Formats: sequence, structure tokens, C-alpha cells
Amino acid sequence: MSTLLDQSREDASRRDWQHILHIDAVLLVSLFALSALGLFVLYSAAGQEQTVLIRQLVRLSIAFGAMALVAQFRPQWLQRWTPWLYGLGVVLLIAVLVVGDIGKGAQRWLDFGFVRFQPSEMMKLAVPMMVAWYLADKRLPPDRLQLLVAGVLIVVPVLLIAKQPDLGTSLLIGSAGFFALFLAGLSWRLLGGLGLLGAAGAPVLWHFMHDYQRQRVITFLDPAQDPLGAGYHIIQSKIAIGSGGVFGKGWLNGTQAHLEFLPERSTDFIFAVLGEEFGLVGISVLLVIYALIIIRSLHIATQAQDTYGRLLGGSLAMTFFIYIIVNTGMVTGLLPVVGLPLPLVSYGGTSMVTLMAGFGILMSIQTHRKLLTT
Amino acid sequence: MAGRVTIKDYLSESRLFMQRSFQALGFAAILIAVLVGRLIYLQVLAHEHFITLSDDNRIKILPLPPNRGLIFDRNGLILADNLPSYRLEITPEQIHDMDDTLSRLSQLVNIRDVDLKRFTRLRNSTPVFKPVPLRFHLSDEEVARFAINRHLFPGVDIVAGLSRHYPHGPLAAHALGYVGRIDERDLQQIDVAQYSGTTHIGKVGIEKTYEQTLHGRVGYSQVETNAEGRVLRTLVRTPPVPGENLYLTLDAELQNVAEQAFGDNSGAAVVIDPDNGGVLAFVSLPTYDPNLFVNGIDTATYESLRDDSEQPLFNRALRGQYPPGSTLKPFVGLGGLERGVTHGGAKTFCPGYYQLPGKDRRYRDWKRSGHGSVDLKSAIAESCDVYFYDLALSMGIDMMHEYLGQFGFGARTGIDISGELAGLLPSREWKRGARGQAWYPGETLITGIGQGFVLTTPIQLASATATLARFGQRMKPHIVASTQIYDDPGLTPLQVDAVTAVPVVERPHWAEVIDAMREVMHGRHGTARKVGLDAGYEIAGKTGTAQVFGLQPEEEYEADTLDRKLHDHSLFVAFAPVQRPRVAIAVVVEHGGSGSAVAAPIARTILDQYLSKARP
Repeated sequence: MSTLLDQSREDASRRDWQHILHIDAVLLVSLFALSALGLFVLYSAAGQEQTVLIRQLVRLSIAFGAMALVAQFRPQWLQRWTPWLYGLGVVLLIAVLVVGDIGKGAQRWLDFGFVRFQPSEMMKLAVPMMVAWYLADKRLPPDRLQLLVAGVLIVVPVLLIAKQPDLGTSLLIGSAGFFALFLAGLSWRLLGGLGLLGAAGAPVLWHFMHDYQRQRVITFLDPAQDPLGAGYHIIQSKIAIGSGGVFGKGWLNGTQAHLEFLPERSTDFIFAVLGEEFGLVGISVLLVIYALIIIRSLHIATQAQDTYGRLLGGSLAMTFFIYIIVNTGMVTGLLPVVGLPLPLVSYGGTSMVTLMAGFGILMSIQTHRKLLTT
Repeated sequence: MAGRVTIKDYLSESRLFMQRSFQALGFAAILIAVLVGRLIYLQVLAHEHFITLSDDNRIKILPLPPNRGLIFDRNGLILADNLPSYRLEITPEQIHDMDDTLSRLSQLVNIRDVDLKRFTRLRNSTPVFKPVPLRFHLSDEEVARFAINRHLFPGVDIVAGLSRHYPHGPLAAHALGYVGRIDERDLQQIDVAQYSGTTHIGKVGIEKTYEQTLHGRVGYSQVETNAEGRVLRTLVRTPPVPGENLYLTLDAELQNVAEQAFGDNSGAAVVIDPDNGGVLAFVSLPTYDPNLFVNGIDTATYESLRDDSEQPLFNRALRGQYPPGSTLKPFVGLGGLERGVTHGGAKTFCPGYYQLPGKDRRYRDWKRSGHGSVDLKSAIAESCDVYFYDLALSMGIDMMHEYLGQFGFGARTGIDISGELAGLLPSREWKRGARGQAWYPGETLITGIGQGFVLTTPIQLASATATLARFGQRMKPHIVASTQIYDDPGLTPLQVDAVTAVPVVERPHWAEVIDAMREVMHGRHGTARKVGLDAGYEIAGKTGTAQVFGLQPEEEYEADTLDRKLHDHSLFVAFAPVQRPRVAIAVVVEHGGSGSAVAAPIARTILDQYLSKARP
């Protein structure tokens, strides 16, 4: 990794622009490239509407602004405020369940009058931060008691979010916490045990699922069973991707997308539009950019100088990966339909800001390092 | 290890983290590989499959029904055309509450009970995803009212189309026939693909016989649709080929005069051009308005037509089988001459009745006092029965059957209007087969005067008369003269089929019979001399009176005391002018009484109308 991204083996004594601005050039360029590709696909998916493009541009600007802002905070400062952020997040999650607005059949929003706020978004950052904070001064790998405490720190918000219900976000937050633990050295034996426990707990989970969630699982297992209902999404997106072939039907020429066969084509299912219009080649370009971002992020984590930075950075990198794999897996019919956007490509606001704030943290970790002897 | 519990080992932790990072990356790589594998499956291996599905999704084939050919009379007067019309259609599948939709619709357009009944009937026999018509011929106002409220009625559409229309209503309805909605039976007989998008098909008459010509060829457009099935653009368009127009031999003006000439009488008349067999008028009365059938006749109207004792739906000219009565005599007489059984000078004494040798039964002549001594000419002119009893006996049933058969009696003429019946020309074989009985000589007698088993249709009588006028030349009767392709003003005449001619042994025999028929009209004792008066042209005719039921030997036929249904049919056949026949005609007036009193004057009116016009 370090050989791949050679320039990151920087000379800290040289105070270049990256350190002055607290920006990582590799990440920034990759994210820009990703956003540009995303805008292209979105323009087509949204039926060539400029207003959609402009709104997405505004959101991207805000998101990149948030990234740049967060990158200015020293990791140590973030670490100090972590428990407060986490605590606030849990309180707000409880508040959402009590007084939250219902949007699309789920309680996710808190309405402060002037702004509507989704506490679960905050937890996407707060949970990995909290796990990293908790393990920061522990000796790694953590012992069982520490794992238990960390587990509780993860599971409480996950359950609160799942109750809203927001399966996608709780999955994402759960994996963020899990990867923090995994990177901290969670033993393979325990991992295997957890896996078994999970398998055994599946029927229990089924019992607690909402009807629409159960339906999604059933539909995933057999989409043909309900071709005009819930299975329609999957069938049509598979047709879109499959009919794209290697080179695609060409930009703005996706019949599935433009003739409105493909549902949610500018949001969760935008990957299918990419697959239809740009083919396997277009998807490969996207995946390469994603891979670049993930590898660079993991690299930054390995270069971090303390446990907090390492665990948090690594967890954020892997959360980004989970975003991608859950969305693409869903759109290609490998995974059940879970409402997660394709990062920086899908049309939509809140999650983009959180995501970019995460990259801001990574940049902060990268650019606030102290000079060390090697 | 226990000794180092409290101090953090940065180096080993860093190594551990590095190791775990690689493992996480490996995990991610594996999942990405799975994803890529999936994409290769979808986009490379199963690409063809999904391309097909994608095209199926977006490309639909829409049929473009051809416009039906028009029907004109011989002078270019339009008899059947297509009018633009708007109909209201409902696709049941898209309706959540049909009753509610119908009640709301009824506030915008006029929906009668008959519309609802028809809608319910059609709906039950139509797949739910196909539109069912609720109303036809919407007024402009109704179209406008609905258009404004269109958005309130998903699944309800106004469809513009062409609707068959018969501008002259009942005129020549039995010849033209009508179109109606395609039903189950039609579906079994047609090439369904050619009829996609077409709702109507010829049901009877010319509309049925010339269905293929009139229909044309269906066209298609490949259209791209969105998920809702809305057409976005046309990819390929194969235009339909409109049906060919038909030009009839029928003369609408003559037809009208002929129908009017019948007054309130029921019956039939067929007027033929003997030169080519073209039908100039084709009357069957009472008639009906074919427009009623185009868009589905309602049950009450249909039942009233069906149960009408005058049977307006019955095509008498084609399917009415009447005893020819005395109109058969010229043909029998010609047979006697041609076969050498008799000759022009031979005389028979008519005492008013006829007896078979050794039998008591008397076969009566219509003139109780008898005609005295008659030869063939006076026998035809005065319609002496006894002469023909005697001639028939001399010829025998076999010879009569064989000879009359050459004129087309007892067989379909093959006219190009569907549903023709054959009539009946009896023979020994027929009687043995149909009745299981031997032929009796008495039956030969009454066959000689066109009574008994023998039955003819008006089209047969007209055709046989035309054959007589043309000295045996038989032309197949037909009503369609030529066809016209839609973008070409030129007409393509249809082939006129000649039928095996009646062999001529001696032309004078024919001239003799024709002269006798002229005598009917213009002779001093002719049965229709009053009708032939002042014609300005010479007519050869023969009256006939056909008994509807048989009188017992001692019974008297008294019209006054008989139910009208039992009155004799009045018949008349003729052609004119005698020297150069331009028209042949057969008239049957049901229960009209004597031929000379009722049928012959109708024929005269028709002949006058036709012959007064300058020859084209």
C-alpha cells in the first residue's frame, strides 16, 4: 500500500499545501472524479433535468465544504469531544422514537423548526469514533470485557435505528463498529462464534422484522414471485444492467432508465443506469475509483500515529466499502433491497454530508501527524 | 506477557493493525470480485437474454387496421362508406370501481340502458386488459366534455375511428348486408393477425362475400412505450393497405324504384342484365336498416326484427323458395320443342280439366270453362294448364328434370352474395332419396305447371329468364362489377363467369317460345296484356300464380275467406325489349294473388324505369 501511494510517505518537515489546508490530494482528486462521474450518470438518470443537476451540485459543494471544515479539527480535539457527541446522538435517537416525524413510513427525523435533522446520520460517525475512543488507551487486542463494553456501545444505537425502522443505516453503523473492533484485533475464534450466533439469531431477527422488511427478504430470495410488486425493482434493474453489456447503450440512451421501467433510478438504483448506459467498462471505472478511495483511506489509517486515529480511520474506510457493496449488491440482485444510496453518485443530501465529513476526519488524521522517527 | 499488561506496545499494535487492515482489504477484494463476477454474468454471459427482455419491455407492436373499402353502385353512388366516429372505451383492468366510473361517466356522456347492456355483454367476452366499447358515435359536445375531465377517468379513453355507415339505410340492405363486431365464430374463420386492431367484419351480403377484398391488409407500427404503456415514439411503420372499393352492377335508382313499386307488399325482385349476368336491382321486402347492426344491435330491436311475422331479415331474393307456378311454362314448353316431344302446330283440347288415363282424379285448369283448342303459343299466352299437363306427361319427369336443370333450376346460381339456397327441381332419384317413395305420374303433371315439389328462388327465375332471352347463353349472376385500389382511380373489372350454355337444337324453337311470351304481354288474350299496354317497347313475360297450399279437388280457392298467409304467391318473369333484350326480371309478391294483377305491374314499373334511361 505504501509503495502504491508513494507520495504519502511525505516529508513532514516540508510544510506543503496539503498540510496547510489539511487536505489529502489523492483522496480529494478521487472524490472529485467520483462526483464528476456521478453527475454525468445523474443527469441521464434524472431525465436531463438541469435543476436536479444544480441541486446535486449545491449538495456536493456543501458536502465538500463539510469535509474541508472537519479536516481542520485535530484528531485529538475530535477524540476529546467523542463521548459527548456519542451521548448526544443516543439521546437524539431516543427523542426521534418519541417525537420524531414520520417520513416514508419510518421515524427518522427530528424537526427543530428551522431544520430537519436525522440523528442516525450523526451516529454513522459517532459510533466508530466512540469505539475508537473507548479502545484508544486499551492494550490491543481487547479482552472480553472490553469487547462486551464496545459491543454495547455499538448495539444500542444500532437497535435504536433499526427500530425507526432504518435497516440500511443500522446495518452501516453496525458494520462501522464491527470493523473498528475487527481492526483492533477481535479474535477470529470470537468472530466465528459471533457468526454462529448471528445465524442462530436469524429466526429471532425475522420475528422482530417489519412486514416490508420480511417482504424484501422474500423478494430477494425469489424476485419472480412478485414481478409487478416488490420484485419489480430487482428484475428491472437486472434487465437494465444486463442489457447494457460490455460497452453500454451510450449516455442518455438507456431505455430502461428513460422509459421509466427502472424505479428509483436517480437515487438508490442509479448504479443500474450506469450499468445500462456505460456497460461493464463504465462500472469498472467507477469501481476503480472506489477502490482507490478505499485503499487510500486504509493507508491513511495505517499511517495514523495513535490507536484512536487508526481505528477510526480504518472503520470509516471500511464503512465506505460497505456502502458500495450493499448498494451494488442490491442493484445487481446479490443482496436484498436495502435502502442505501450509492455514495456520491445517488441523488440525495444528508448522507452525502456525513460521508464527506468522514473523509474530512481521514484527511485530518493524515495531515495532523507529528513528525516521528522511523 | 502478563508483565506487560499495563503498557501499550505500540510497535506490535501497529503491526497488528497493519495485518488487520490487509485482512479487511482482502475481505473487500473478495466481495468486489463476487460483484464483478455477477456483473460479468449479467452484462456478458446473459447479455443477450437481458437485451431481449429490455426490448420486450420497451417495444410494442401496434396494429394499424386498414380502412375498409367502400361500396358504390354502377353510377358511382356511394352505398357503404366509413364515417369518422368517436367511441368511448373502458379497459376493465384499470378500473377499480366500475359502477362508480359508469355513474360518473353518465354525467358527461349520454349512456342509455342499451349501451350498458351491450357493454356488460361485450365485457364478459373480452379479456380484462382489452378495452371494451361503451358508447359509439359520441357527439362533438360529448367528446369535448369528456376530454376536459379525462384525467378523472383512468382506463377510459376516447378512440377515434371509422365506422361503417350505409347512407341509404334500408335500400338494398339484403344485397349489401352489413358489418358487425367480430365474434367467436368469425375468429375461427379469419386470419387473426390480419384482423388485429379491426373490430368489425362483414356478416352477411356483399360485405361478407367480399370480406377479403374490402378488408385490406393490416399494417404495423413498432413503437417504443414507457412502463405505463404510453407510446413515446414510432420506430418502424408498415402502413396498412386499405381495402379495395367495390363498384356494383346494381343501379341504386332502379333499386329504389323497384322497392317503392312493391308498396306494402312482401316479396322479392331480381333484375338482371342478360348480357353479362350483372344484377341491376336486388329487392327483398320488407327490409331493415343495416346501420342498426354495425355497432351491436340491442336485444329488444333484434328480437322485434327476428320475431316480425313479415321476417324483414329474411333474404327472399336469395333464400326465398317459391313454387314457380306458370312462370315455369315457357321453359317446359321450350323443352318439349327442343326434345321433339311436340311442335309448334300441335294442338291440345282444354276442357278445363285433365285426367290421367284410367284415373278418376281431375287436374284442374285455372280457367274452369277451359281454353278450348290451344297450341303452344296460346297455351303460354293464356297460361293453359291442361296443355302443360299433357306436355309434361309426354316429356316425363326425367326429361323435364334434365332439361330444366340446364337453366339452373334446382341449383345455386353462384351469385356473389352469401347464403343462397338451391330451390328444388324434383326427380325420381330425389323423391326416392328424400321421401323414400316412387314417383307418381300425377306429380309429373303438376311439375309441368310449376307446382308440387318444384321450388325456385327469385334469383334463379331471373337468371333462367335471362338465359332464355339470350338463346341459351348463361352468365353467372353477380352483383360486383369491378374493384378499385385505393390510390388508383382505375377500375379492375371482375371476371364474369360464363356457365355451360343451354344447347340450342333449333333457334326457331326459342323464337317461338319468346314470341308466345311476347303474346302474354301484347296479345289479345295475353294474361298480362293490360300490363303490356302502351309500353313503348316489347316485353316478353310470363305470369305465375303459385299455390301456397293444395286445394282438394272439390274445394274452391276463395281469396276472401282465406287467411292472407294462405293466399297464392304472385309471380312474374319477363325480359325486354324482345328483339334486343337489355333486362331480365323476376318478381315474386308473397300472397299477392294472381301474377298478372300484382307482380306484373311491379315489373312494368321497374322495366319502364330502366328502359326509359338512355343506354349507357
